[in-house]
Amino acid sequence: MSPEYTKPVPVPQPESDHYWEQAKSGKLVFQKCSDCDSVQFYPRILCVACSSRSLDWIESSGKGTLFTFAIAHVPPHPGFREDLPYITAIVELEQGVKMPSQVIGIEPDPDLLHIGMPLEVVFEEISESISLPKFRPAE
Amino acid sequence: MPNLQRLKNLSGSASIVGVAESDSLGKVPEKSPLALHSEAALNALNDAGLQLSEVDALFTAGWSTLDVAEYLGIQPRFTDSTSVGGSSFVIHLAHAMAAIAAGYCEVALITHGQSGRSDRAPIPRNPGAPMTQYEYPYGIIGPPISYAMACRRYMHEYGEDRTRQAMAEIAVSTRKWANLNPKAYFHDTPLSFDDYHDSRWVAWPFHLVDCCLVTDAGAAIVVTTPERAKNSRKGGISVLGAGEGHDHSMISQMPDLTRAFGRNTGPQALEMAGVKHSDLDLTMIYDSFTYTVLVTLENLGFCPPGEGPDFLADQVSAPGGSFPLNTNGGGLSYTHPGMYGIFTIVEAVRQLRGEAGERQIDKHELALAHGTGGLLSSTGTVVLGRS
Repeated sequence: MSPEYTKPVPVPQPESDHYWEQAKSGKLVFQKCSDCDSVQFYPRILCVACSSRSLDWIESSGKGTLFTFAIAHVPPHPGFREDLPYITAIVELEQGVKMPSQVIGIEPDPDLLHIGMPLEVVFEEISESISLPKFRPAE
Repeated sequence: MPNLQRLKNLSGSASIVGVAESDSLGKVPEKSPLALHSEAALNALNDAGLQLSEVDALFTAGWSTLDVAEYLGIQPRFTDSTSVGGSSFVIHLAHAMAAIAAGYCEVALITHGQSGRSDRAPIPRNPGAPMTQYEYPYGIIGPPISYAMACRRYMHEYGEDRTRQAMAEIAVSTRKWANLNPKAYFHDTPLSFDDYHDSRWVAWPFHLVDCCLVTDAGAAIVVTTPERAKNSRKGGISVLGAGEGHDHSMISQMPDLTRAFGRNTGPQALEMAGVKHSDLDLTMIYDSFTYTVLVTLENLGFCPPGEGPDFLADQVSAPGGSFPLNTNGGGLSYTHPGMYGIFTIVEAVRQLRGEAGERQIDKHELALAHGTGGLLSSTGTVVLGRS
């Protein structure tokens, strides 16, 4: 964590406090409906598949695949200027949910990135209370 | 679900009588966004031969109608600040028709004004919203990166090289139209296929020339009853069909990255109007990016999914081609202050009236205008025809 962290930092809401607390301890969690078994990202007070309010938290295996990506060459916010070019992604987790993230630990070269490539979660501490789940190519 | 029989009865129950831009477009740091709204409003009312005092309904996005009405000094009896991105103004036109048909108002004014290039105080976002909480921390901020991720998925499903070729076709054909529009930002600047491929990256797979302009501009539309339209300065252009909706906000929540909500709004607008794709003389598609046009044409049903690259081959969408598309030069090459949707209607009306000058298309009875808002999130489609 850098004292000069200048990128946007998430402001957790009551329904997402648990998600961010777990991320801080190195666990990626998401919600599963106890009525219809649907999984969802991001945390809400209802299941978007069946409207049930009966949701459980389950822990992700941390493994997933690259669903799509882009490579930023222009900073959309001043905090990302030093990171250019960087890889943004939508990752499909093993249990079926998709989440936005970044792919790190690989050159930002479109020829090296393949849709469907296996990824695994890593946590980047950005503040005293927030760690961001990011993804790197799986071993 | 929409009641199509009732919608068909609504078809043609309002007419566009005035359209205009602000006095100047492009780099306009000497005008505030509300000044751009107001200039465009006065210009559109002049186009219609109506007075500001006759306006009894106001529609706008980005700003609240409270701010715009107060600045203009009007007291509307119907108000609508539906703000779902750049498609909002297309949606406002449908709302204006419904309000006029229901009797809430007679003279509806839709305004837009945005200083995308020169704004001294852009509106901040709520930092607790899902988008700022889950996407912004990763640098997934704003349209280029989000649309680029959707485009990369399209390339995976339908082929990278043919997708790239379609994007180049759109960039080049749109620039040719801009070269015929004296108000276009790139009026004097041609674009070749080589220029396209040499353009620098903004958010791979998007070159700079895959991305719309960022300008300062305003535009406005005046809508009224068919009866009042008969006595207006230039006559009316009928609103024949409409559809609106949305299915997500942030890009990572889009149900299918290659199928935006136009899959619903296109067929609805055409069926309400009682026309087919092949009846249309002009197609105006919000071109936030070259890719947006490609995927939107498929979503609206001009061709099946994945066949857009074949549909757009060989510059069919350029001046003189068989498929006139974005004849003002589009958001890519004419103007794009941030929420461009209203300009698709301004151009459609000018073409239908036959006042598009050097870029006038030969047959001009029927046009479709389509806006996409947010991150491929919302769409509004209208079908317009000469009364």
